[in-house]
Amino acid sequence: MIELKNVCKSFKVSKRNAGFKNAVRALFKREYEIVHALRDVSFSIGDGEMVGYIGPNGAGKSSTIKIMSGILTPDSGECVVNGRVPWRDRAEYVREIGVVFGQRSQLWWDVPVIDSFELIKDIYRVDRVTYRKNLDELTERLALSEILRTPVRQLSLGQRMRCEIAASLLYDPKILFLDEPTIGLDAVSKLAVRDFIKERHREHGTTVILTTHDMQDIEALTERVILIGKGRILSDGSFEDLLKKGKSGGTVEQTVAALYEELDI
Amino acid sequence: MKKYISFFRIRFVAGLQYRAAAWAGVSTQFVWGFLSILLFRAFYETSPGSFPMEFSQLSGYLWLQQAFLGMFMAWFLDPEILESVTSGAIAYELCRPVNIYGMWFTKNVAIRLSRTVLRCLPILLVAAFLPSPYGLSAPAGVLSFVLFVVSMFLGTAVLTAFSMLIYVSSFHTVSSMGIRTLAVSAVEFFSGALIPIPFFPDAMKTVLNLLPFASIQSTPFLIYVGYIPPSEGIARIALQLGWFAVLSAVGVLWMRRSLRRVVVQGG
Repeated sequence: MIELKNVCKSFKVSKRNAGFKNAVRALFKREYEIVHALRDVSFSIGDGEMVGYIGPNGAGKSSTIKIMSGILTPDSGECVVNGRVPWRDRAEYVREIGVVFGQRSQLWWDVPVIDSFELIKDIYRVDRVTYRKNLDELTERLALSEILRTPVRQLSLGQRMRCEIAASLLYDPKILFLDEPTIGLDAVSKLAVRDFIKERHREHGTTVILTTHDMQDIEALTERVILIGKGRILSDGSFEDLLKKGKSGGTVEQTVAALYEELDI
Repeated sequence: MKKYISFFRIRFVAGLQYRAAAWAGVSTQFVWGFLSILLFRAFYETSPGSFPMEFSQLSGYLWLQQAFLGMFMAWFLDPEILESVTSGAIAYELCRPVNIYGMWFTKNVAIRLSRTVLRCLPILLVAAFLPSPYGLSAPAGVLSFVLFVVSMFLGTAVLTAFSMLIYVSSFHTVSSMGIRTLAVSAVEFFSGALIPIPFFPDAMKTVLNLLPFASIQSTPFLIYVGYIPPSEGIARIALQLGWFAVLSAVGVLWMRRSLRRVVVQGG
């Protein structure tokens, strides 16, 4: 159970005009602008739901994910996940969640994948039997047997992403946060990742929160979609209902783009 | 605790794969060691009376310095850690049920030890067979040797706790280059890495001996060569422990404060 109530977060961004004169002036007097990344964000997600979290670049998706995974502390508002506040007792809380950031890597780049997995096993104190079972299952479902002994630096992006996802599921997290998990992947890898997430959700009842710009990810995976723009929640409901709000006709991509424009976000 | 041991193991083993770098390091250290000894011999021959220690003690000090460079080189800071703060990859480390201070500390010690293991033996072996007073003689006594081993590990701990302060400072700056250069030069100069502390003027020596920098390499090496007798060595080791406690406490608290305000930029 995830509950966010009136969460706000703002960042200070330094600004200056171009040119040497302004650069010198900025040495003495800095100008800052406050950017409100999240304004009054509230929603709740039940156990075992699979929710897509969409919005244009800079809308506040990643900030929300970072708050829910305990990395960021919001300025105000409440966030309770499984009865815990993520940024307090961070170390205890993160044991129950899995996080995959499509643009970053959690594996240790200079050792074989299996070494990273063993280390994760020790970090999360997974007992041997459970680890063996999970590893076997993930190896089979994600076709990892060929690549487990390869150092991470020599994997292709698609292979690495499969390993990243496996790494975040080795310890049976109840909630899985996926931040752009299909970014940069080819069609085959994308389909493999999607199928796997779907299966995992169905068989283990894992709560999944997915952010992506790929509308096919959303179409294939999620029933419920939360739309965020300029730090505010703009809609929360089924993807079909969302599409109906936009102009009909054209591909899903075009409809969503038109919707973004219409909402001015 | 087990997770830190596993982490230590994985970093230690990964460090051992860089064999070519180790050989290159060994040859550099030999040349450096010989040049330093030649330099100090020139001083010694001009005025043996003003030399603060025996020449063989100095040679021993310099060879130990070369052999255990990996444990005491101040300029080594883990680029991966600095990079993870600059690039935001630290986001992942924050998603793990670990203490980041403990993790980074373990990683630094593991890298330092794996580098030393690969390099120290050939240097110690050759230095031991060099003619006196240019080689490395046996330790000043059994007790001195035991104290030396204890003090050496404490020295690495003090230096690592100091490096941790530099890592934490990188949370607060866009580039940690400036602080790094400044801090590393200070450590190099005040720890006796460039000139052994006995060569400093008396007034300065008294101050330097109390600073944390002397607790890094100076204390263990001077115990080994007998410049610091075992009776005084125990007090120096207590001082090392004290500095380690202070530096690590400051680091842990500062990191906790910094993490509360951390912002991982970009999507």
